[in-house]
Amino acid sequence: MNKRKFKEHIGIGFLRLGVIFTAFFLIAFLYIIFSKGGGVLSWTFLTDIPREGMTTGGIFPALVGTLYLTLLSILIALPLGVFTAIYMVHLAKPYWLMRIVRIAVNTLAGVPSIIYGLFGLTLFVRIMQLEVSLISGALTLAILALPVIINSSEEAIRGVPKSFREASLALGATERQTILRVIVPTALPNILTGAIISIGRVAGETAPIMFTAATFYSRKLPTALNHEVMALPYHIYALMTEGSKPEQQVPIAYGTAVVLLLLVLLVSATAIIIRYKIRKSRQW
Amino acid sequence: MKSFKEILFKSITYFAAIFSILALFGIILTLFMEGLPVFQEVSLKEFLFSSAWYPTNEHQSFGALALLMGSLAVTLGALIIAVPIGLGSAVYLSEVAGSRTKEIVKPMIELLAGIPSVVYGLFGMAFLAPFLIRNLGIDSGLNIFTASIVLGIMIIPIISSMSEDALSNVPRALREASYGLGATKWETITRIVIPAAKTGIIGSFVLGFGRAIGETMVVIMVAGGAAQIPSSIFDPVRPLTTSIAVEMAETVIGSIHFHSLFALAIMLFIITFTTNLFTELFLFKKVK
Repeated sequence: MNKRKFKEHIGIGFLRLGVIFTAFFLIAFLYIIFSKGGGVLSWTFLTDIPREGMTTGGIFPALVGTLYLTLLSILIALPLGVFTAIYMVHLAKPYWLMRIVRIAVNTLAGVPSIIYGLFGLTLFVRIMQLEVSLISGALTLAILALPVIINSSEEAIRGVPKSFREASLALGATERQTILRVIVPTALPNILTGAIISIGRVAGETAPIMFTAATFYSRKLPTALNHEVMALPYHIYALMTEGSKPEQQVPIAYGTAVVLLLLVLLVSATAIIIRYKIRKSRQW
Repeated sequence: MKSFKEILFKSITYFAAIFSILALFGIILTLFMEGLPVFQEVSLKEFLFSSAWYPTNEHQSFGALALLMGSLAVTLGALIIAVPIGLGSAVYLSEVAGSRTKEIVKPMIELLAGIPSVVYGLFGMAFLAPFLIRNLGIDSGLNIFTASIVLGIMIIPIISSMSEDALSNVPRALREASYGLGATKWETITRIVIPAAKTGIIGSFVLGFGRAIGETMVVIMVAGGAAQIPSSIFDPVRPLTTSIAVEMAETVIGSIHFHSLFALAIMLFIITFTTNLFTELFLFKKVK
């Protein structure tokens, strides 16, 4: 009996170690990034352009570039994702097509991000001749975000009670009216939560924009869809791998990482708060 | 009877659904279209079994074996780190922890999952590598060992959250029956709950594998970049994704080198596609 109890103590001790390790990693990781990058942060850092070969100055063009890329890609992916989700939940005919769509979405979700980059390079930059530009990058990121948005929208739409649909149809509404005026509005907060979560993901992606949108350095802000853009994640990579003054570049890289992390955390926090509010206000 | 609006609505819906299929086909098509031309110059045998990757030498050679080995080495290393920690924390959260611990730890794991990979790369390159040089007495911190640690930390949340889902889905009755027979908590966990959640747990490992082998930024920044078959865990390697990302910026569009990078991507795609299919079949079987 004692031996079994002893084994249990050791075993559960090891499991606890797993949690402690995970928590330790997260805290140590955030502490290192914030303590090394926090000192660089200032108003000028956020609003100035990079100066003297990226050894001083700010990250304003990269910040704006990331916002443009992210918002544009979500604007493209969200309607496609929501309509796909409507198809999966409410039309779902013919069955074989639904199976294929499901397999395609799941496969897309597992494709490495660098392959999206190659696809964007071939289709958008070269075949469609959109050049290395804001629009090429946003389209590439939109396809990358699509599976995530489809899955979260599908879950949101499936979460609307069946009785809503039946009530609407019984009142004489058509299928289209039911879906667009009853089901989608009801599911909207959850759909948006999913979209916000994917904003956080897309904002941090580097590999898909390397050959489709990003540039190491630009003094000007992008003002048209066919302009190259700087982006926060790519800026971090550039600071770490290009240039000749690492002792000045590394602190800026840490600072940029802090800004990127804050952006991602802020976005996820918003999603979590919205989700929490929805759960509280739901009556069904 | 059906109005124009109804038909339009349905068409849009169908178009959206078919778009994902088109996107997938587009990806496969572009990879093969740009990747296959390399085999007019390089034999498939050389590509798969030679480890001489000299794309820019005067006598070019395109042997991808060392790159594949590099990818597998860092991925295996990452799994060695992430599997025990991820599974351990999943089991702890699902079977042992009280609801308060769960409420604190689960958002932390979600947070860890949301950190952009380039920030992990920065951490590995600017902090962990110098730290390991100082403490382990190695010459360079950019190698399989460091890359495995960083990739491992990155995939812990995937393994942990998916395994936890699988464990939570095990019916309560199984645990109660086990306790009823006099088993301890530990015995219930190891002999009842984990075997019952086996498919989901294995699925989480496979997903972690796919994520690690496809990761680009961390390995570019941390794995060292030398195209060689490693002989020690402190050797630098050049995974497939590193070659694709770094060399694409340097090569001439349309050259053999350019096509060879797409061929590397085909290799990567086949690996991740097969692992996904594997999980899909596993999970699908579970649903039945």
